Amino acid sequence: MTASPEPAKKSISRDMLQGVNLTGQEGNHSLVDQGFTWLVQGVSVSVVVILGWMSWVIFGQARPAIEQFGLGFLWTQNWDVNELVFGALPYIYGTLVSSAIALFIALPIGLAVAIVTSESFLPPWLRSPIAFIVELIAAIPSVIVGLWGIFVLIPFLQPIQQWLFQHFSWIPIFNSEPAGPSMLIAGIILAIMILPTIAAISRDVLIAIPKELRSASASLGATPWETTFRVLLPSAISGILGAAMLGLGRALGETMAVTMVIGNSDQISLSLLDPGNTIPALLANQFAEASDGLHIGALMYLALILFALTLIVNMIAIVMVKFLSANGQS
Amino acid sequence: MQFSFHDSAINASSTSDLIPALRVKDLAFYYGSQKAIESVSMDIYQGQVTAIIGPSGCGKSTFLKALNRISELEGVVRVEGQVEFFGQDIYSRQVNLNRLRRQIGMVFQKPNPFPSSIYDNVAYGVRVFSRPNRVSLDETVESALRSAALWNEVKDNLSKSALGLSGGQQQRLCIARALAVKPKILLMDEPCSALDPIATMKIEELIDSLRHELTIAIVTHNMQQASRVSQYTAFFSTDESRIGQLVEFGATTQIFMAASQSRTRDYVQGRFG
Repeated sequence: MTASPEPAKKSISRDMLQGVNLTGQEGNHSLVDQGFTWLVQGVSVSVVVILGWMSWVIFGQARPAIEQFGLGFLWTQNWDVNELVFGALPYIYGTLVSSAIALFIALPIGLAVAIVTSESFLPPWLRSPIAFIVELIAAIPSVIVGLWGIFVLIPFLQPIQQWLFQHFSWIPIFNSEPAGPSMLIAGIILAIMILPTIAAISRDVLIAIPKELRSASASLGATPWETTFRVLLPSAISGILGAAMLGLGRALGETMAVTMVIGNSDQISLSLLDPGNTIPALLANQFAEASDGLHIGALMYLALILFALTLIVNMIAIVMVKFLSANGQS
Repeated sequence: MQFSFHDSAINASSTSDLIPALRVKDLAFYYGSQKAIESVSMDIYQGQVTAIIGPSGCGKSTFLKALNRISELEGVVRVEGQVEFFGQDIYSRQVNLNRLRRQIGMVFQKPNPFPSSIYDNVAYGVRVFSRPNRVSLDETVESALRSAALWNEVKDNLSKSALGLSGGQQQRLCIARALAVKPKILLMDEPCSALDPIATMKIEELIDSLRHELTIAIVTHNMQQASRVSQYTAFFSTDESRIGQLVEFGATTQIFMAASQSRTRDYVQGRFG
């Protein structure tokens, strides 16, 4: 390569500058732009404000109970409206246990639905309807799920609960005579309600995995199931966990359907065949008739605990997702 | 246009001495009801590099993907004619797809490592169908990485994520991953199209060194590359029908210097219209 001679420098002439202008504003675009920016910022900030306001109101209302019972509220068991003695443990326990049962049941089923409807295990004309119908479950109002629970699920499951009690009563979680409504049934109802969340999100996550990974796996002689277990699920793990946590969040806060099938008992029992109670169920049951300041305060304190509980679940979810996706890439 | 040829291409042995690893007979391929290629008959000789060239949309990738039936992942396909792998019809009902694909490996257009460690990527294919002990697996991984000329660059970072490698390294990792299951044939679908010239050169050197171990069929857009790496070349093209056809197949020197078809001559000399 020979170096080309330096071209002679020319100065910029006036004609060249014609129409070259980088400053100033064009019509009223900037006004619309600016206004829209403010609008969007304002709306997003208002969401945060509303959240803060809600927490503040709940905290304010809960204060009498917080001052009265302190942190001991979390691990005491009495809930006596007449004596004005309140302890939250049975409800915290019930909320956590029923949600855990729900997740335990819904996660595998939801994953199965997600795998079957995202991969080519079924013909396409069967895949989309299944995915659609499962997602439709989310559209059923929870009071209707609750009614279905009372009139269909409890009668249907009662013999099964009896059978569990008769044959497995040596296991602590099955060692009480079932009466119908129970923690187990509440968990199952919740599982049905969070199933569409888990299935739909996991399905989207699986579909978003690049096709190239599937062909890479197939070209190495892996069957579709091996590809699913060795490539797709590990790649999708953070999204699936996110789906599970969203489902758990919904299960923790679900009110109506649970109230209708859990039996509303204030006793803590290790047996899942016994009735129980959850925080949202108790709030729904008692708020309307609560008149005393301390009673309202105790209910608000419970609400605050629920608030914190869901916040913690979501934070754990975020940390887990971050941790797992970092693991895949570092 | 000037082409440089591979030494072995200049004095290519006469085809009668060669064993066809794959023998394609009158192959037609349909995606759904759409005919993509028709009446392709050619051999892919054992121990040789066969380049498949042609303009975009001429069905060369489709052809390649029909050779290990990977195209069946993309939907409903139909095949007429025959593809024989050392005498066995790969489209026969008795064929175990996973065994077929283990013996006819593939490297794709875009590097597609799994989002896991370098070691796990290479070990993947082995783990899928056997439970190797750690020592033999280590050996397999090392020898595959060495064959893919990647060992020296990654030997200290085997547990690092494969996604941290450069594009060229990722592609060589994908080649190592394919080699680890010891295939008889390696199909390469434009393996350099996403790579820079230096990475491309490394892959070309790699193809040449692998020729002694296995049979390679490579689809490429780059005619210089085809002339550099291959001993045999197939030229695919298409006409108004939009159905890909094999125009000419022969020794690489012949296709590039003395093609018998005017379409081939026009294409390799850049006069393709």
